[in-house]
Amino acid sequence: MKRRVEPLMWLGFSGGGVAAAIFLPMLAFLCALAFPLGWVGPPSHDDLLTVFEHPLTRLALLALFAAMLVHAAHRFRFTLYDGLQIKARLLVAVTCYGAALVMMIFAVDVLTT
Amino acid sequence: MTQKTTEARIELRVARYRPDKDREPGWQEYDVPLREEWTVLDGLNHLKDKVDTTLAFRWSCRMGICGSCGMNVNGEPRLTCATFLSDYAPGPVRVEPLANFPVVRDLVVDLTDFMEKLPTVKPWIIRDDDALPDQDGEIDGEYLQTPEELDAYKQFSMCINCMLCYAACPVYGLDPDFVGPAAIALAERYDLDSRDQGARERLDVLIEHEGVYGCTFVGECTRVCPKHVDPAGAIQRYKLKAAQESVKAFLLPALPKRLRGGR
Amino acid sequence: MSEDLTYRRPISTWWWLRKRSYFLFVMRELSSIFVAWLVLYLLLFVRAVFEGEEAYRDFLDRASSGPLLVLNVLAFGFLLLHTVTWFGVTPQAMDLRVRGQKVPKGAILGAQYVALVVVSGFVFWLVAR
Repeated sequence: MKRRVEPLMWLGFSGGGVAAAIFLPMLAFLCALAFPLGWVGPPSHDDLLTVFEHPLTRLALLALFAAMLVHAAHRFRFTLYDGLQIKARLLVAVTCYGAALVMMIFAVDVLTT
Repeated sequence: MTQKTTEARIELRVARYRPDKDREPGWQEYDVPLREEWTVLDGLNHLKDKVDTTLAFRWSCRMGICGSCGMNVNGEPRLTCATFLSDYAPGPVRVEPLANFPVVRDLVVDLTDFMEKLPTVKPWIIRDDDALPDQDGEIDGEYLQTPEELDAYKQFSMCINCMLCYAACPVYGLDPDFVGPAAIALAERYDLDSRDQGARERLDVLIEHEGVYGCTFVGECTRVCPKHVDPAGAIQRYKLKAAQESVKAFLLPALPKRLRGGR
Repeated sequence: MSEDLTYRRPISTWWWLRKRSYFLFVMRELSSIFVAWLVLYLLLFVRAVFEGEEAYRDFLDRASSGPLLVLNVLAFGFLLLHTVTWFGVTPQAMDLRVRGQKVPKGAILGAQYVALVVVSGFVFWLVAR
């Protein structure tokens, strides 16, 4: 059978879509809205540090963020290709997944402090 | 027949394109009787019969099964034989050729692209074994199928090739290489048919960029389909199926086809 | 007749403004940028926590007003659009059968929202207590 990478990218896109749909809402709500605006907490620095520095948290966040980044890159790639009609298929793909890769490296850097 | 002085009328703004005279399409306004049971197609036929014989458009069964009369009515891809004028009262009703296809003349579009794409997905029963003649030399091509097996693909077999889904699909409009909703739905119809063994062959065509993965699940195709085929659903299911096969192909390249679960 | 006189209608750059369903589709696709932004924001948040008490307080302060807050409100809106549309299309995309019976679309939709509530509850308990 022909081997193509596209189906695997789509699987990544799907997994990341689920991750973003289920995990991101509460995380984003708390960290981007509720905590800064004082609607909830904000929790003490020590409490948050305990949660975030736990190896399971780091691993989970790394996996979830990676999935979400693949999802975003894949979807944005098609927005550029179809929407803005940028037909340089390889260039668009490399730019989008490349940007996701750069963010993932940053994620590894932050989460392995 | 004496004409009632108070007969309601409705304006049809019809796209005209005469390739021998026009550089680009234009509009022509007409007035047709607004009869309760009249469809847009009835209006067009009235025009052609009584008002302007030069108006060109396709139609046939006038009952929603042949798929010939697809046009864009007020921007929506519709079967004109199934679109009632009274729903658009007081009008005007804009009638244009089916979107995303080149215009041949007036409301007639060139469907060659679809005609060329359809055979590439092999929409027929493919079997590994050739039908063998029995002892009388007769070929018995009868295959048994349970109602459950029929149910598995029946929905996708209802496609009448009306092309409304192609007219609704922005991906097809923006990228004419995309194989399109109906073709993929028909490929799925045969993949799901218990008598068929050609799934792998179709996969090789549809796994390409212009195949299923060009679809971004806008979902408009399903919304406009007059036969409720749900091509969008067929495409997403196909994407998952193709992805599963891809994972297997990458992980188990050494296993023979039979062991990998391929047909 | 050797010349091809068929007319190819051009597609406007603003094709997606012509129909509500097209507009919603494009907004849904653009949510991907905001998902990526929120991931970046969360990484910066976590980094601030790792950097210490003062960095954390400082970060919360900066995120509580101005363009950053506006961006996050906008991003959160788009994230909700993503979640709602994602849950909405999944039942159509799946042909789930349990013991030969097709799972009704409503069940698949409901199950996703249940998952959202459960996971959100878990995240809240983990982070906000």
